[in-house]
Amino acid sequence: MLAYIIRRVFQSVLVLLVVGLVAFAMFRFVGDPVDNMLGQERTQADIERLREQLGLDQPFIVQYWRFLEQAAQGNFGLSYRQGRPVAEILIERLPATLELAFVSGLLALFGGIALGIFTAIRRRGVSANVIMTVSLIGVSLPTFLIGILLIYVFSVELGWLPSFGRGEVTRIGGWTTGFLTESGLKALILPAITLGLYQMTLIMRLVRTEMLEVLRMDYIRFARARGIREKSINFRHALKNTLVPVITITGLQLGSIIAFAIITETVFQWPGVGLLFINAIQFVDIPVMAAYLMMISVMFVGINLIVDMLYFAIDPRLRVDRTAGGH
Amino acid sequence: MADIQSEIRPSRLRRAWDSDLAWSFRHAPVAVVSAVVVLILIAGALLAPLIAPHDPFNPATLNLMNGFTPPGQANQFTGDLFLLGTDDQGRDVFSTILYGMRISLFVGFSAVLLAMVLGVILGLLAGYVGGWTETIIMRVADVQLTFPAILVAMLIFGIAKGITPPEYRDQMAIWVLILAIGLSDWVQFARVVRGATLVEKNKEYVQAARLIGRSPFAIMLRHILPNVLNPVLVIATISLALAIIAEATLSFLGVGAPPTKPSLGTLIRIGQEFMFSGEWWILFFPAATLLALALSINLLGDWLRDALNPRLR
Amino acid sequence: MTDTPVLSVRNLVVEIPTRHGVLRPVDNVSYDIRAGEILGVVGESGAGKSMTGNAVVGLLDRPARITSGEILLSGQPIHTLKGEALRRLRGKKMGMIFQDPLTSLNPLLTVGDQLTETILEHLGVSQQQARERAVAALEEVGIPAARSRIDSYPHEFSGGMRQRVVIALALCAEPDLIIADEPTTALDVSVQAQIVALLKRLCRERGVAVMLVTHDMGVIAEAADRVAVMYAGRLAELGPVREVLTEARHPYTSGLMASTPLASQGHERLRQIPGAMPRLGNLPDGCAFHPRCEFAQDRCRQNPGPTLDTCDGRAACWFPLGADRKQEVGA
Repeated sequence: MLAYIIRRVFQSVLVLLVVGLVAFAMFRFVGDPVDNMLGQERTQADIERLREQLGLDQPFIVQYWRFLEQAAQGNFGLSYRQGRPVAEILIERLPATLELAFVSGLLALFGGIALGIFTAIRRRGVSANVIMTVSLIGVSLPTFLIGILLIYVFSVELGWLPSFGRGEVTRIGGWTTGFLTESGLKALILPAITLGLYQMTLIMRLVRTEMLEVLRMDYIRFARARGIREKSINFRHALKNTLVPVITITGLQLGSIIAFAIITETVFQWPGVGLLFINAIQFVDIPVMAAYLMMISVMFVGINLIVDMLYFAIDPRLRVDRTAGGH
Repeated sequence: MADIQSEIRPSRLRRAWDSDLAWSFRHAPVAVVSAVVVLILIAGALLAPLIAPHDPFNPATLNLMNGFTPPGQANQFTGDLFLLGTDDQGRDVFSTILYGMRISLFVGFSAVLLAMVLGVILGLLAGYVGGWTETIIMRVADVQLTFPAILVAMLIFGIAKGITPPEYRDQMAIWVLILAIGLSDWVQFARVVRGATLVEKNKEYVQAARLIGRSPFAIMLRHILPNVLNPVLVIATISLALAIIAEATLSFLGVGAPPTKPSLGTLIRIGQEFMFSGEWWILFFPAATLLALALSINLLGDWLRDALNPRLR
Repeated sequence: MTDTPVLSVRNLVVEIPTRHGVLRPVDNVSYDIRAGEILGVVGESGAGKSMTGNAVVGLLDRPARITSGEILLSGQPIHTLKGEALRRLRGKKMGMIFQDPLTSLNPLLTVGDQLTETILEHLGVSQQQARERAVAALEEVGIPAARSRIDSYPHEFSGGMRQRVVIALALCAEPDLIIADEPTTALDVSVQAQIVALLKRLCRERGVAVMLVTHDMGVIAEAADRVAVMYAGRLAELGPVREVLTEARHPYTSGLMASTPLASQGHERLRQIPGAMPRLGNLPDGCAFHPRCEFAQDRCRQNPGPTLDTCDGRAACWFPLGADRKQEVGA
């Protein structure tokens, strides 16, 4: 088990190094950083000095290493557009995205698992079939259209919920939260549903397929033959086995929520890092793009690692060493 | 002998598949309806210059007075009638949708084609050559798969935009979009093709072809490729829906097709601004078109997957 | 002790409606099992052995269902029970053992969890008592150091030990009837004998009635008191195991015996029964066995095979083998 974890950590570091290389290459080759940082009025001496200062005269590997060093300390330089340190901007924007992703993730996870179980147990029921059909439409519906639809119904027509922004936020230390005010919570509802719905559909379909598979297993039959209650069979025997394969994909889905937040944040003008990233792309603000990429990779890789650990927690078969197990 | 076999094998199999496929198609009403919808939409896009009542990109024919005409009503100033209404510039929404679909479908098809060609070639190489080639290709695929395709596409779009000189950006946007979506989507193809290649590589007829000295290229093309066409076709169909959605999403976010060459996504982006002021048709019709397109292609893909692989259901 | 058999199956018919007509995987089957008795049920795969067992515990997979006949458990009809009432009987009155111990235990629950859950479900005992009973059940089936192994997961046991756990699970709520569906088929040959011996011992000590479904004549010879031979959904022969094994009356049984390497038969060459058992949708007219029967006559081709109760109650054959072979039965 330890060997496995070490291998996974090693792989994660490798992924981060590759992503770092991409980010670095963006810095180095997309547009001339010297051009970007010095204004129109510059002398050859200015350029040389800045090149030296930035270490652009060093060999590629050295530059790359220095970039990684800086990145590890959270230093990504100044935003071309705003002229402020990228790290500062990111940290300021991060709470909005994390809160949105958190609520959507919970919605997707619990909604998806509950609906998946329901549609699996009531396989032949009318309501389960209706849910399945609706979910197929849901998969074809682009996230931004869901957002627009929700805005149209709940903001424009009914006027119940705000269509943009975070509402009133409370500052706690370096964190801003929308959880504590009524307008903050109200503002959260539509974006959270928009972001969570697609993932919820995917999780639901996955749970259903897996659960139907598990319910056909011999041990479920055997449990039935021992007179175990249906409730216990569904929720104790079947659910646990269903969750093992569901966890990996679900984990990855939750990771991609942070990425998909870009779309939702744009629709709702939600002041998070996703909106920041889109603006950065529009204005070719390379430092922000690179920093966002690095940040999101660390999150993804972290989530992947946690998912792997969860595997061990749930499936006892993996806990024993291969050599000792078997017979 | 290997030659004779290869002559007979694919054609006979193909015939069997074709007839099965046709039968299953006739007995799947959802697939038939979807196919009809897709065909109508594609025909509309292809024939846009002939069908469209107006040329929305010719400023000479635009009349600002026609702006915000509701669908099916005569404009109060000019008396002109527009089937699906007009936008703020007085452009006919029906015409912009037809032209927008051209862009959406062009980007979608081109991106899938790019992803397919790239994925099939890399998958064949990885599976057939093995060794370091395989390791590198599949590692890159793994890393890319860690990230959602839409994010990869955005990133490629951003980088490509950075490389293009500003004056060419709008012109290049469509090609950059194709490149971005295509590059973000090759992994699926590569994985399936590699898997099938690994299986096929060790079959006797391939070994025989190798023994008689066929070049690896010829073997891949003639013997292995026909065997992976089915799954590739299924992935391509589903990818097409995803690519069209991805294009619409990127354009909606303002990092795709420019307003001068609007795709469905751009139209929705434009229409969104008028949602609050009551001009719902500018948003609604492009959105409905996009949904119809994506949903019917998805349903077709679903059907195709089940029809080609009865084990799945 | 009363004379009522623990399990009494009367003229049981199971049918499966299909697009091409109704199939009868179990056709007019009757037998009894008494307390402390092992009834072996043999036949080729598809003969209806397992289907009979599943019908008894009410676990037929849709769309198969009982269309006529009776199943009496200790004299009480249970074939009419549904849902909750039937569930309460399962485990408590009748236990079932499946073929593959690898797949019949839930891999994510400890052996103790699965045992106590079953005990708590059926016996009104406390959590603590349930655990004690679970340990006792494991000890009874011969699991060494049961107390320390109770919190192990199924994958931590070997195949034979796992089958013992399965038996413990089937027995832990003290049922009167055990249906063992091919309990040794998936096991190593060396372990098979141990499991058979265990079943036999539990049957004798506890006075449980056992229905032992298998296709292995060796297992039957070793364990069963009486044997029921099934062919194409019907009972071909039913009788005390010694008699059936030594002087089979039904040609099918006789063929089955000749094709089985039993130690008692010495070094005779094994014979095969020509052909294969017909598929259910494609049964021949007349006696289902006649195309493969070397003694088949016109009567066998024209009339459906007799049922046990219409002939001597031993072999469902128009022309049974044995001493009185010359005589036609029920003519």
